[in-house]
Amino acid sequence: MISSDDSDPPAPASGGSAGSVSLAVMVNGTRYPLTLDPRCTLLDVLREQLDLTGTKKGCDHGQCGACTILVDGRRVLACLTLAVMKDGANITTIEGLAKDGVLHPLQQAFIEHDAFQCGYCTPGQICSAVGLIAEGRAQTADEIRESMSGNICRCGAYPNIVAAIQQAMGLP
Amino acid sequence: MINFQYARAVSVSEAVRLMAGTPGAKFIAGGTNLVDLMKMDVERPTALIDVSRLPLDTVEETPGGGLHIGALVRNSDLAYHPLVERRYPVLSSALLAGASQQLRNMASIGGNLLQRTRCAYFYDVATPCNKREAGSGCSALGGLNRMNAILGTSDNCIAVHPSDMCVALAALEAKVHVTGTRGERVIAFADFHRLPEAEPQRDNNLAADELVTGIELPQRGFETHYSYLKIRDRSSYAFALVSVAVCLELGGGRIREARLALGGVAHKPWRDAGAEAALSGQSANEATFMRAAALVLSKAKGFGHNTFKIDLARRAVVRALSQAAGGTPQSQSNKKIA
Ligand SMILES: Cc1cc2nc3c(=O)[nH]c(=O)nc-3n(C[C@H](O)[C@H](O)[C@H](O)COP(=O)(O)OP(=O)(O)OC[C@H]3O[C@@H](n4cnc5c(N)ncnc54)[C@H](O)[C@@H]3O)c2cc1C
Ligand code: SF4
Ligand code: FES
Ligand code: FES
Repeated sequence: MISSDDSDPPAPASGGSAGSVSLAVMVNGTRYPLTLDPRCTLLDVLREQLDLTGTKKGCDHGQCGACTILVDGRRVLACLTLAVMKDGANITTIEGLAKDGVLHPLQQAFIEHDAFQCGYCTPGQICSAVGLIAEGRAQTADEIRESMSGNICRCGAYPNIVAAIQQAMGLP
Repeated sequence: MINFQYARAVSVSEAVRLMAGTPGAKFIAGGTNLVDLMKMDVERPTALIDVSRLPLDTVEETPGGGLHIGALVRNSDLAYHPLVERRYPVLSSALLAGASQQLRNMASIGGNLLQRTRCAYFYDVATPCNKREAGSGCSALGGLNRMNAILGTSDNCIAVHPSDMCVALAALEAKVHVTGTRGERVIAFADFHRLPEAEPQRDNNLAADELVTGIELPQRGFETHYSYLKIRDRSSYAFALVSVAVCLELGGGRIREARLALGGVAHKPWRDAGAEAALSGQSANEATFMRAAALVLSKAKGFGHNTFKIDLARRAVVRALSQAAGGTPQSQSNKKIA
């Protein structure tokens, strides 16, 4: 990595390895020092290196929302995030939502409203909904639907997903 | 994805210096377009210069009564910024019409400006594409061109610039602030992006070593009479087939000034001075709007799959003008088009 007072620009990569980068991230409250090939996405690092397979790979191109996680409190897509760019970040995945064996209110609401069928999109849906509630913008059902449009559900569980989010928000 | 060097810049001058000294390098901000294109092998940078932590993430009022928006401000933060929501609602609306909240949380203003076309052949490295590989040919001309351009096309490329935000910025007559090895300059929005002409590989007029540092909005925000209407294959999380940004100033039942910009139809946000002139001084009614819409589309040309866009754009212009004149802008959450 190049620091600000380093006067030499990086040598252009010559086909082969361009070296690895050291960094550290906090994931669900645990600090992980990592040495990574700069090509690694955060999604692959979570799943393949940290064994946190709750975050799903759907499209790998930003088109489905299955890989939604929270980085520094904001919902983002892990598949389009280069892990090396997130040195020092605070990351929450679906595995980090339950506390002391008690489900997060959104997890509980998804169960109560039967808001999934195959479950593949569900970790992304729930992390996205956590972000939605933190943003505090969406209030009506229309606004929830629009704000959740980045999470595709192949099983079409949408009505129950909206109902679960409304319950977790304390809306009638 | 090919391998690359990674360097994080901590100042604008360092970013520009690294770029100038590293052939084949690219800046990366939110990564939502570049990482995707690198996965597809469309972009093959030798090095990435990470500008995401540069101190260009503020929105500030300018002495002239406008706003300066740093290039690293997130799309979602700008859409929800109180000054933008209140004074430039057409910009807020256009931002919220784009992508998804997760993507808007990642995407930067600079990256949005520089995002590349979604033409299917540009993405498919197995096919000829002049934008990806100069001189190889254009597969969209005689191919699947439903998403492609109808205005300002050339025999070399019929791609569209896919941004929603840029359509609003064109209507608002924003300025783009850039810094390169030869110093700073300010580019009028209309001169930032370009038409494909004989060089479709060039999306815009930015020099290779130049970094976008921010956007400047003039004082006038058209907060009363505006609309951003986006027509697409599904009502959210899809690129525009056609979009229209309208800003009007009305007085005594007449149009004092009209700004009209179209997205999804050309290689850059499309303005038409003739159509805007035809609106000004006229009474704000459907006949006036239809005349202006006909003018905008008078030189449009379809390529088969996208020919329907000519009628669609004409109607969208009339509808967006009516919404703006009536003070009833298109909602980005209630998708009913009123
Ligand atoms: C599934 C999907 C749907 C989408 N839908 C929409 C939509 O409906 N409407 C819409 O408008 N957009 C849409 N987008 C595109 C999205 O808005 C852009 O990808 C985003 O704005 C790019 O910003 P970024 O910061 O992530 O850019 P990056 O990916 O980091 O960079 C994009 C380009 O800009 C260059 N760059 C970045 N910052 C600078 C700078 N400061 N100066 C000079 N060059 C710079 C990079 O080198 C690169 O070439 C969608 C994207 C996806 C993946
Ligand atoms: S329209 Fe432009 S981007 Fe698409 S195939 Fe033709 S040259 Fe390439
Ligand atoms: S896997 Fe990231 S959006 Fe589909
Ligand atoms: S529950 Fe199966 S994809 Fe959503």
